Amino acid sequence: MKLGIQINEGPYTHEASNTALNFCKAALEAGHEIFRVFFYHDGVNNGTRYTTPPQDDRHIVNSWSELAKENNIDLVVCVAAAQRRGIVDEGEQERNGKDGNNIAEGFRISGLGQLIEAGIQCDRLVVFGD
Amino acid sequence: MSDVKKFMYVNRKAPYGTIYAWESLEVVLIGAAFEQDVALAFVDDGVYQIVKGQDTSELGIKNFSPTYSALGDYDINKIYVEKESLEARGLTVDDLLHLTWEDENEDWAEKDSIQVVSSEELKKILDESDVLLNF
Repeated sequence: MKLGIQINEGPYTHEASNTALNFCKAALEAGHEIFRVFFYHDGVNNGTRYTTPPQDDRHIVNSWSELAKENNIDLVVCVAAAQRRGIVDEGEQERNGKDGNNIAEGFRISGLGQLIEAGIQCDRLVVFGD
Repeated sequence: MSDVKKFMYVNRKAPYGTIYAWESLEVVLIGAAFEQDVALAFVDDGVYQIVKGQDTSELGIKNFSPTYSALGDYDINKIYVEKESLEARGLTVDDLLHLTWEDENEDWAEKDSIQVVSSEELKKILDESDVLLNF
């Protein structure tokens, strides 16, 4: 089955992102395809490489980057939600005249159309949030 | 497009206090360009999103409720409001925005977009949706 994933919460306040990560791993193991993971609302905070949790805690951002690299998964951060919350890639840095960027490896910033497209293309869109 | 799907946006939260309602509406508006079959449902505190006469001037937050009136222009005319959620909050359909659309098949007659449905009816409607987005 082709799956689209939407994540609406940041990495640590809510368990949504962690649960989605576990869900994606299980789905891939079961032979399903993850078409795209779309990060919305505070979910965009999953996409900053500045995340530095204590060493005895799990690193959710790096886990997403690794999962994406190993399985060639498209991790998309919503641009409108990202701009509100200070998630910046090189393009956004230039466009908005910022002094740096913080996007994590394997993530890209794009529009809400990517979420709608996932809804259209996938057999199921699974939403993780509050 | 041949593969038109039934998109259902379920709005469960109050309009202010969190950003979910506003960012949900942003998805609905962007999604309207994709020519899918779109419906909205308002349940729980989500019914407050479409209460008329909202005034946010003392909050310092934009009152985005007028935007719902534009949905009809985007061919979004299936707006379901759960009866039990309204009743639990002492609200009736008269407390809600008058959301309408124009039916081109009936000489652009103005029709109501809002349908108050029971929880039982809404269950069936959600069941028949292809893509369910929860906000």
